[in-house]
Amino acid sequence: MSIETDKNATYTEPGVAGVVSDWAADKQAFDMPWGKLMMWIFLLSDTFIFSVFLTSYMTVRISATDAWPNASEVFALEIAGVHLPLLLIAIMTFILITSSGTMAMAVNCAYRGDKKKAVTFIVLTALFGASFVGMQAFEWTKLITEEGIRPWGNPLGAAQFGSSFFMITGFHGLHVTGGVIYLLWVARRVSTGYYDGKGLEIVEIAGLYWHFVDLVWVFIFAFFYLW
Amino acid sequence: MSDSAEHPIGIYLKIWLLLFVLSTFSYMVDYFQLQGYLRWSLILLFMFLKAGYIIAIFMHVQWERLALKWLLFAPPVAILVLIALMAAEGDYTFSTRMEFFDR
Repeated sequence: MSIETDKNATYTEPGVAGVVSDWAADKQAFDMPWGKLMMWIFLLSDTFIFSVFLTSYMTVRISATDAWPNASEVFALEIAGVHLPLLLIAIMTFILITSSGTMAMAVNCAYRGDKKKAVTFIVLTALFGASFVGMQAFEWTKLITEEGIRPWGNPLGAAQFGSSFFMITGFHGLHVTGGVIYLLWVARRVSTGYYDGKGLEIVEIAGLYWHFVDLVWVFIFAFFYLW
Repeated sequence: MSDSAEHPIGIYLKIWLLLFVLSTFSYMVDYFQLQGYLRWSLILLFMFLKAGYIIAIFMHVQWERLALKWLLFAPPVAILVLIALMAAEGDYTFSTRMEFFDR
């Protein structure tokens, strides 16, 4: 049994009256494909997960009696004898922003019907994402082997530093890794013509996920690395 | 339906460039070792600007209907409440530790 909805429903009324009519009229409340709405709902729940991680990080940092390790120095790099604070993190930030830019281009190309270009941009986005994860692996290795940072303590100060760091960046890195796999899967399906005749909303939906991963990094960068 | 197809590529390039500039600014905050309230307010300013542009332009929320905007922005208000509660809790834990652990 299927639920009948008004196929000719319009979504033109602006403002609060529009919200009322979207919800009250005999039509679907959100004017978008169901997959896109589901992605938004998922991202909303993910917002809560990351918010709770960052809030718990705030709580342990406020309540720590030992000095909090200086992130600027912990993540510094020596290149050709020059001491550069936070350099790797800055590069990772720029890479993720660039990948967001290429993803926006992919969505734009998909809606203009340029399948080939869309696939190219999606694959490019995935490559940027993979290089981000690679740098994160390098960063983790350096922190664990050279600086002796552990989830239960470290030689630099407050023990909570390690657990917060591994939890937050680990979960974000997991999202990037999952995103890379998801993007490559979408690119493959688009290029083999799976979505021909169905529309290319999938590219926009995958794009929403990818931009969200970038968005989360903006907050992690500000609160964990810069604060 | 969101009218994503109608946006020219130029706006994405502009926002992309803007995000680069804003990220550079926030990196500069650390590079020049600004401290105290100046540091925190600048970090938050650049963070909210970047987040706002990503949500509004890259994620197309600017062109979505108000029903979706409410769906997205009303629930996170609960997070603000949590942050306020946990900040108070953290302060309390800190003062208790100082009181009893003799540090």
